[in-house]
Amino acid sequence: MAKQHISFSLNGEQIDALVEPRELLVHTLRETLNLTGTHIGCETSHCGVCTVDLNGVSVKSCTVLAMQAHEGEVTTVEGLANGELHAVQQAFIEEHGLQCGFCTPGMLMRAQRLLQENPDPSEEEIRWGMAGNLCRCTGYQNIIKAVQSAAKKLQQEA
Amino acid sequence: MIPSGFEYHRPSSVQDAIRLLNENEDAKILAGGHSLLPMMKLRFAEPAHLIDLNGLAELKGIRLDGDTLCIGAMTTENELIDSDLVKQHCPLLVDVAKLVADPQVRNRGTVGGDVAHGDPGNDHPAVMLALDAEFVIQGPDGERRQAANGFFLGTYWTGLEEGEVMTEIRIPPIPANGGYGYNKLKRKTGDYATAGSTVVLELDGASCKEIRIGLTNVAPMAIRAEAAEDLLRGQNIDEALIEQAAELVMQACDPAEDLRGDIQYKTHMAAEMTRRSIRDALARAGS
Repeated sequence: MAKQHISFSLNGEQIDALVEPRELLVHTLRETLNLTGTHIGCETSHCGVCTVDLNGVSVKSCTVLAMQAHEGEVTTVEGLANGELHAVQQAFIEEHGLQCGFCTPGMLMRAQRLLQENPDPSEEEIRWGMAGNLCRCTGYQNIIKAVQSAAKKLQQEA
Repeated sequence: MIPSGFEYHRPSSVQDAIRLLNENEDAKILAGGHSLLPMMKLRFAEPAHLIDLNGLAELKGIRLDGDTLCIGAMTTENELIDSDLVKQHCPLLVDVAKLVADPQVRNRGTVGGDVAHGDPGNDHPAVMLALDAEFVIQGPDGERRQAANGFFLGTYWTGLEEGEVMTEIRIPPIPANGGYGYNKLKRKTGDYATAGSTVVLELDGASCKEIRIGLTNVAPMAIRAEAAEDLLRGQNIDEALIEQAAELVMQACDPAEDLRGDIQYKTHMAAEMTRRSIRDALARAGS
């Protein structure tokens, strides 16, 4: 199949790319645009390591075609820090919200979106809201703590 | 994992989508894509053309037509959860959507896709049976409506003909003296139901005037437990009757053994989910 032109906003910058229709968004991000922060895990839409924002909602970029990002807005983990680390990034460091770190980009991307959807979530709401992201180190306790800590910091700043 | 090659189409309207579907050999509709794309990666599906409905605003949105709740087929699970109209007129659908997959998948997965795909593990079909919903379907010869009851014919086999697109789901109100119960057993977030049961009933005094029981993932397709319904209709439902109905539910089950359990376990779980859903429905109807 011939490659097709897509154009979309990536971390605030307008991007043009040539993609095959069958290409998944995560592959375009990693292999064409060289943004390897978004990881590939299960590739079956279970594990959530490939989570990015597409048009203001969390999606698993292994189960979205690159063609579907056309004229849209994509934010990846590379777009989180703005001069200094984003509150969720800082909180994951402070609360030791990672062990091997493989799931972390997906956790960060889901956490920052969750806190925009619900700025003051209960622990149960965090667990429900983060349920699409798996950590094979099973370090969930500190991940929850990190999201709670980031929520507090973001609310103080607001 | 990457799907095999296909031509991608972005239709400008439902009419355009139907034209593309009928003009192209081996074309498939792409809704949320969270069933179809994984199947394509595994080569269980290899359509030559994909027609992506995601750009069509006319297939989104939730409205009331009289007292019928009308849901655009491309409405996502999270849009159901967030909708004030759904919360007010059919809270059952909020309960259902909250237990579908996970937050990211609920942002893409659509209610129409879930219904039209024909997977017995999908959650909405049995709920639509219990709600006595109706599907609006458009094809080359115009628009038609089909009741949910009779729509689910087998695994990946529904009343949707080739060349047709589901556009809307119409849900009649649960009467004021009615109630619902929804219970789904699943092993973990993101998994399909081991067994699920939806009950919608209407009381006349203490007597059960009408009842529909829809079962998820315990047969080749979503089914009604009709013998159990017949037993309960017209009766004052008590624990002894619930137990007899549970027996009839088990007789209606025909599950496939898999990692979620063997046939006997799934059959028993369908009965237990139904016991709970009947009790929940009675409690809501009585309150």
